[in-house]
Amino acid sequence: MPGIPIIDNNNWTEVITPRKKLLDIKLREVWHYRDLVLLFVKRDMAAQYKQTVLGPVWYVIQPIFTTIVFFFVFNKVAGIDTKPVPPPVFYMSSITIWNYFSTCFTATSGVFVANASIFGKVYFPRLVLPISVIISNMVKFGIQLCLLVIVILYFLFIDKNSYPYFSYHFGPHLLLLPVIILAMAGLGLGGGIIISSVTTKYRDFTVLVTFGMQLMMYISPVPYPFKYVALKHPQYQTLLLSNPLSSLIEGFRYAILGEGTISVGWFIYSCAFTLFTLFIGILIFSKVERTFMDTV
Amino acid sequence: MSNTIIKVENISKQYRLGQVGRKSLNQDINRWWHLVRGKEDPYLKIGQENDRTKKGTSEYVWALQGINFEVKQGEVLGIIGRNGAGKSTLLKLLSKVTAPTTGEIKIKGRIASLLEVGTGFHPDLSGRDNIYLNGAILGMTKKEITSKFDEIVDFAGVERYIDTPVKRYSSGMYVRLAFAVAAHLEPEILIVDEVLAVGDAEFQKKCLGKMKDVSNKEGRTILFVSHNLQAISQICNKGLLLKNGMVKLTADVTTCIATYLEGSRSSEVHFTEADTRDDKYSFITDVALLVNGVIAGVAGIENEITIEITYVNKKDNRVLNLSVSVFDAKGVYAFSTPSSEKKYSLHPHAAGTYKGRLTIPANLFNSGNYYFNILLVENGRTVLTELESIIMVEMHANNVDTSNYYGYWGGVLRPQTKWQVDKIK
Repeated sequence: MPGIPIIDNNNWTEVITPRKKLLDIKLREVWHYRDLVLLFVKRDMAAQYKQTVLGPVWYVIQPIFTTIVFFFVFNKVAGIDTKPVPPPVFYMSSITIWNYFSTCFTATSGVFVANASIFGKVYFPRLVLPISVIISNMVKFGIQLCLLVIVILYFLFIDKNSYPYFSYHFGPHLLLLPVIILAMAGLGLGGGIIISSVTTKYRDFTVLVTFGMQLMMYISPVPYPFKYVALKHPQYQTLLLSNPLSSLIEGFRYAILGEGTISVGWFIYSCAFTLFTLFIGILIFSKVERTFMDTV
Repeated sequence: MSNTIIKVENISKQYRLGQVGRKSLNQDINRWWHLVRGKEDPYLKIGQENDRTKKGTSEYVWALQGINFEVKQGEVLGIIGRNGAGKSTLLKLLSKVTAPTTGEIKIKGRIASLLEVGTGFHPDLSGRDNIYLNGAILGMTKKEITSKFDEIVDFAGVERYIDTPVKRYSSGMYVRLAFAVAAHLEPEILIVDEVLAVGDAEFQKKCLGKMKDVSNKEGRTILFVSHNLQAISQICNKGLLLKNGMVKLTADVTTCIATYLEGSRSSEVHFTEADTRDDKYSFITDVALLVNGVIAGVAGIENEITIEITYVNKKDNRVLNLSVSVFDAKGVYAFSTPSSEKKYSLHPHAAGTYKGRLTIPANLFNSGNYYFNILLVENGRTVLTELESIIMVEMHANNVDTSNYYGYWGGVLRPQTKWQVDKIK
């Protein structure tokens, strides 16, 4: 939706008014600042590595340790079956996509408050920052995805004996991958900027996000496959699927491994929900961005 | 069509004072309910003019109210006014950092604002990376920055350090680099706020020179806010005087400065108990200027001038001292003098009322107007109260021997000096 240029008799290039039209989203302006988006990404990456010994290795350590803990708790102790996917591969793929969503969401939800000092001094389209956050998280996600591929290859070719039932087939399911990555980014961005818009004045939601994210993971099929719920507790199936993250997470495992239970209807529901959230998010964000400096 | 480049029409900005909490939530819901029913915002009707020294009854204040003015292409507009007059708020509205409550601003061309040097500088990134980042924040594309890169580095004089993280820079280098990036923007309109408060004298000169160049040679429009009246009078050709959020005068810059200084003309000021104060426990209640023991606003340069400052301290054991700074009519900082007597200035005060007396020797000032800033300072460091241009005196040189010269005697001061000429051969 590019902004409609205002044609005025006096050729004003810009008219600043107290309120603007509901659908006046300046995506063209964001495009003009695309260099800034990339520079912010670069800044985020560079700043994160600084003064750490292991640097980007941390991106890899985190999913490995979480996988080990999940493997122990959910597979060994709780006895949740992940067949035909080996548990390490299952948990690592869950964690990779979940981390991507949760970091996108948490980082964008704090974007107004964290960057108030820049926003207070100079104008640029505010949407530039949340977008740059999504992109820098995508880089991190890419690194973790590489790790996942290495783990899959390890169990296919090197350690064949631990999980003899594991086999891999290339197929059209891989085409679903970019769709799911974009949908996750959209849901994280949309939800995150809604939260960041309401936290400019009332900080209550910051508290909600912190523990809400933890709870959210358990009511999404992250530590267990959807099939497990469908078989053991079919009465909760619909409830679980009404969480828009469910089909996306299950869909990610399907896209990567070719194994998983997704229904087309619920998948479309998740995508529609994502688009709706993103639309509402940008709408609220562009309304709040004009005056949030007064209340932040 | 005229070459008006900025047109400000009936701009107002309202702020809510106090804490964000349940009360503000109630007001937000009420406002939203009014808007849903298509009614006017109920809180726009209330609100008071922004006079910080009076305790208001409303939670809503107008930082700016009914501002109208135009800026033509190539003009350098100096915006002056006391602290809290609305200068910075106006610049924030113009640079789109926040939106106005009412009114409209029409602009032709690209605006770049420099409300603070080094916005978005990241300490861990190198000078080179920061030039790109800062330039992009200010609205330049990567290509534009690359084409100006050498010029920027040259202007800042940091070539040797360009690949070092800016956290290793001296503060002077940091500021120079930041200003250099901003100075090489090519917007039609440049907004500058108080950047000259930083950097050494030589660099300030360079900045002023660059700003003059930008307006004279390249025909760009500049809006400039500073407390440095000398800098304003040097580079601006138009002035806008704000007082309590309203436009008091738009005229050429000399008239504006004169009116501004005239506005603070008085030789005796009282603050009442009901005034809001910057500090709860220690505050100034009276300031008076005396000539020959009488409160006066006019003196001969051969007169001694006494300034009496009464202050109240309500908390035991505070170490308080006074300080007076003197400015001439052009805003040139003449000198400052902190209280140096032995009994109280360096020692704890018991609760009570105190009176400080400063005597400025005769035959020091030149003719013309002088303005006094008065500060109440704790422990020699923390400024509790700063009263800007709170009193003034008009000095005359009618009764002094002028050695057969009757023209204007130049200089900020005109101290009595001792000359001796002997025939030695």
